[in-house]
Amino acid sequence: MSNIPNELSYTKEHEWVAGLDDGLTVTVGITAYAADALGDVVYVQLPEVGSTVEGGDSIGEVESTKSVSEIYTPVGGEVVEVNQAVVDDPSLVNSDPYGEGWMFRVRMEGDTEDLLSAEEYAALTSGES
Amino acid sequence: MSRPTPLRDVHESLGATLTDFAGWLMPLRYGSESAEHNAVRQAAGLFDLSHMGEIFLTGPQAGQALDYALVGHLSALVPGRARYTMIVNERGGVLDDLIVYRLGDEEFMVVANASNYEKVGNELKERAKSYDVVVEDRSDQYALIAVQGPRSQEILATLTDADLDGLKYYAGLPGLVDGRNALIARTGYTGEDGFELFVANEDAAPLWHALMAAGEPYGIRPAGLSSRDTLRLEAGMPLYGNELSAELTPFDAGLGRVVKFDKPGDFVGRSALEAVKDDPPRRRLVGLVARGRRVPRHGYPVTKDGAVVGEVTSGAPSQTLGKPIAMAYVDMGVEEGLAVDIRGSQEPMDLVELPFYRRKK
Repeated sequence: MSNIPNELSYTKEHEWVAGLDDGLTVTVGITAYAADALGDVVYVQLPEVGSTVEGGDSIGEVESTKSVSEIYTPVGGEVVEVNQAVVDDPSLVNSDPYGEGWMFRVRMEGDTEDLLSAEEYAALTSGES
Repeated sequence: MSRPTPLRDVHESLGATLTDFAGWLMPLRYGSESAEHNAVRQAAGLFDLSHMGEIFLTGPQAGQALDYALVGHLSALVPGRARYTMIVNERGGVLDDLIVYRLGDEEFMVVANASNYEKVGNELKERAKSYDVVVEDRSDQYALIAVQGPRSQEILATLTDADLDGLKYYAGLPGLVDGRNALIARTGYTGEDGFELFVANEDAAPLWHALMAAGEPYGIRPAGLSSRDTLRLEAGMPLYGNELSAELTPFDAGLGRVVKFDKPGDFVGRSALEAVKDDPPRRRLVGLVARGRRVPRHGYPVTKDGAVVGEVTSGAPSQTLGKPIAMAYVDMGVEEGLAVDIRGSQEPMDLVELPFYRRKK
C-alpha cells in the first residue's frame, strides 16, 4: 500500500501539493504511488527559479530506469524555489517522496487545477494498482 | 489477459511489481531494480524466464530440418552443446533470435523469445514438413529459471552433483537439481557467468525456493525484467523488437557471422542473404554513452549538427558506468559530434564499441 498523507492535496497526474492553507506558497512533489510505479528514479529536471507557470503546465520531468514522466504544476504562479538536493540525488524521490524528495515551490498567482483530497486520490490509485 | 507463469504466487509473495510482457504477467522488479542489477554483477540474481518458448525437434532428420529452417549449421552441433542462431524469412528478415540445444543425436530444443515462439513453432512445423522429424511446442510444459552472476556456480553446486566445472559456456546437460529433473545450461543474457534451468512447471516453485535458500549466504536476489534489460544492454546483447526485427537481416544487425552459407543444402532466406552479404552496410550498431544525465530511449533520433544520422534501439541508465547508455544504429563513417534528440534537446553522446561491459574472466 502506498502511503497517502491526509494533510496533502493531490492531482490526477500523481503530484502532491502542500501549503495551500496559507494561500501564498505551495510545495509540490510526486506521490509515493508514482515513485513506486516509476522504479528507481535516476534523473529529475526542474523548472527555473523565477519562471512563471500556469496551472497544468508540464514544467519538468522524472526519469527512471524504464521510463520518463512529465512533472506538471498543479498551481500557477512564480517558481520561487527548486529542490537542488533531489536534482543531485534523484533517489530521494523513492526514499522520501513527501519529505526530502519534494520538487519545487510556487508562489500562487493564477488558478489552481482541480485537486483531489487524500481520500479521492486513494480511490484513484486503488483503481490503477 | 496476461498469462501467469508457474511462479506467479512466488512473485506476489515477494512483493514483485508485475507487468504485462509479450502476453505474460511477469515480474518487472521486486524492489529496487538497481540493487537487482548490482546483485547480478557482484553476486547472483534469480530470474523467472518461464515466458520463453521451448520447441522440440525429435527424429532422425531433426538436424537437417533445422539446417533448412534456420541460418545456422545445427546438424554440426555436438550433443550437449548449444548455439546462438536466427530464423529469417524468405527476404532474409529476422523473425527471431534463438538458442538451439542439441540434447541427443535425434533431439534438439529451440528456445525462442516469448513474443515470437508461437510464430517460430508454426514456421518450424511448416519448414520441417518434408523431413523425418516431429516438431512439438512444449512451452506450456516448461518453466525456466536462470541463476546469473559470479557466484552462481557455487550456489548451484550446493544443489546438484552435475559436473558444472565440465560444463562449458553454451552447453547443456540433464541433471538433478535439488532432486528435480532439469536441463542445466550454461547460458544467459546478462554478461555474467550463469545457468539456465529448464524444469517441469510443477518443479518451478520448489526449485526457486531451494535456489534462494542456497544462494542466501552468497547474496542472491530475485531479479526482474527491468534489471535483465539493463544487464543485457550493458553486455551489448540484442533484443528482438529493439535491435532485431523482420525489417533487418542478420548482416544489418552486425550478426552476419551466424549465417552459415557453407552448410549443406538450401535454407530459408539463403538467396536473399547471399545477395546482400557483401553489400556495404548503411548503418551499424554501436554504443552511445551520454555525457549528461538524460536517458536516450528506444526510437529517439541520433543526430549530428542537427541532421538525423541514426536511431536509438535501446537505452537505459547504466549502473556499471554511472551514465546513461544506448545501443543505436548509426550511419557508417559518423563517429564524432553525435547527439541524441531527447524530447527536443540535443544531448551530446560519445560513440563506443559494444559491449559496454565485459566480465573479467
